[in-house]
Amino acid sequence: MELLIQQIVAGLATGGIYACMALAVVMIYQAIDHLNFAQGEMAMFSTFIAWQLIHMGLPYWVAFALAAAVSFVGGIVIERVLFKPLHNAPILSNLVGFIALFSVLNSSAGYLWNYTIKEFPTPFGHKALFGSTLIDTHEAGMIVVTVALLGLLYVFFRGTRLGLAMRAASANPESARLVGIRVGWMTALGWAMAAAIGAVAGMMIAPVVFLEPNMMLGVLLYGFAGAVLGGLNSPAGAVIGGFLVGIIENLAGTFIPYVGRELKLTLALIVIVAVLMVRPSGLFGRRVVSRV
Amino acid sequence: MTAPLSTAGVARPARAWRLDRRHAAVAAIVVVAALIPLFARGFALFQLSQVMIYGLAILGLNLLTGFNGQFSLGHSAFYAIGAYTAALLIERCGVNYLWTLPAAGGVCFAVGFLFGLPALRLQNLYLALATFALAVAMPQLLKFHGLEGITGGVQGLVVDQPDPPAFLPLDSDQWMYYLTLIVVILLFAAAANLVKSRTGRAIMAIRDNPIAAAAMGINTALYKSLTFGVSALYTGVAGALGAMAVQFVAPDSFTIFLSVSLLVGLVIGGVGSIPGCLFGGLFVLYVPNIANALSTGLAGAIYGVILLVVIFVMPAGAAGFARLALARLGRRRPHPDPLTQEGRSP
Repeated sequence: MELLIQQIVAGLATGGIYACMALAVVMIYQAIDHLNFAQGEMAMFSTFIAWQLIHMGLPYWVAFALAAAVSFVGGIVIERVLFKPLHNAPILSNLVGFIALFSVLNSSAGYLWNYTIKEFPTPFGHKALFGSTLIDTHEAGMIVVTVALLGLLYVFFRGTRLGLAMRAASANPESARLVGIRVGWMTALGWAMAAAIGAVAGMMIAPVVFLEPNMMLGVLLYGFAGAVLGGLNSPAGAVIGGFLVGIIENLAGTFIPYVGRELKLTLALIVIVAVLMVRPSGLFGRRVVSRV
Repeated sequence: MTAPLSTAGVARPARAWRLDRRHAAVAAIVVVAALIPLFARGFALFQLSQVMIYGLAILGLNLLTGFNGQFSLGHSAFYAIGAYTAALLIERCGVNYLWTLPAAGGVCFAVGFLFGLPALRLQNLYLALATFALAVAMPQLLKFHGLEGITGGVQGLVVDQPDPPAFLPLDSDQWMYYLTLIVVILLFAAAANLVKSRTGRAIMAIRDNPIAAAAMGINTALYKSLTFGVSALYTGVAGALGAMAVQFVAPDSFTIFLSVSLLVGLVIGGVGSIPGCLFGGLFVLYVPNIANALSTGLAGAIYGVILLVVIFVMPAGAAGFARLALARLGRRRPHPDPLTQEGRSP
């Protein structure tokens, strides 16, 4: 029993990373109706910008805010320059656009800052939390930040005019345009917010996995899995999905003998696919009903 | 096989002419492809074989995504299954290499069909995740300690290149090229016929509107799983040919990045176009090399920029671009086809 609880707590700690990323993934999915494969690389690039700013002597929180702001603007630029022209292209062409963006960001980060592993500071420290060695203050802080972000997003989407306009633009672009919502700018804003959330996620994740151009690869895969598990149209579901992926991964590694440790990723994926068999729109997702 | 009724009357002459021209183009390409080994040797020839192999794998993906509308990020797994089936049969069982191709196809068809059954419940991105899981799991399974005795674990397996038959004056690279060419011609022709048949129309009807297709009496579940199987078969045969051409199989050659490459090839070549697959194969093989030659440090960035430029210039892939260009030329002809004219109005 004690082992079980320990593993669940450790799973929560890694799950926090995935939840952070899953939230960013769902965010952009809501705004543009596509899954952005370059999301992780955008977050990585933002984190490098923050690292550069800190390296130049700025205090952590100033660098944090600046990096998020730069990413916000960068998101708009990427949308305007790259993806607005592809607006009417088939989905798969957009997908290839994401792959291209992924490749460009990954390679230029490696070129600018090289591939050596860098340490990234954390404002929360790495002390043990409540005397437990399973989860440290940074990991706990990361979970708090994720949940706080989720809360802010909830308030934004449910409680503000702008949030409502964004939801309308994504749910029904034509009708939204007719009631005077500038759909194009809502999409750009979605990109901007996703980029900024990605930047926060990157800065939270970097102290754990260390900063290097490929740091987001694994994290994005898990974040993607968490988002789908929770349901792509539910931010809260995505966060819970991210935590679940972390926990399932840990439990499978510990409790399934022989195959567990080596194949824990495979097992986690099998569990996720099995869940999707029962609930094809994710745990908390709504079924999208379309007209013939 | 009956022709669709509606186009029977007016379009017949123009259509027949266009078909002939298309056949002539295909014949010309085949002749050129058959003559290439006279001029190219060694590595260049190997690369061209590889282009055709990727083209075949992309065709498999195209049958599923382009014609049936099901996403897949899992085709690297089918490619891996095909490659390992061939490698194991040749190296561990001593089977003649020619028999490994149908064997790889059969195994992949079965796996694809079985995977297609649960995939019926999933759509779009959820299906993408399930297939993605397959792609991520496959290298791990191949590396797994319990199976190391069979699969060779991380080290992988070395495969002997097939020897040319004694009565042909060819070296092994040339023979590999011709073998690939023959298999590719056969399978591309089969795919073209499949798409044109009643079955093919059913497959495309499911893509265009699954509910309407079901209402017309198409067994969507059966056709979707079968398409999954056939798609896996094509990619599996490509994998088997790939194992022979590269003479080596290892888990890390079949990661998710292979799936992504195939997807890129599919889009660049043209979704739903059969000849486009070969163009996709060319892109997948040569463009990363070109990017690498331009700058080693920024190879990824250059690759990405080339990809973006191509997508901007040809959003519907090479096939869409060619269609558009032909339509432009066609418009200048004195007697435009009345049917296509009508179809063009938005």
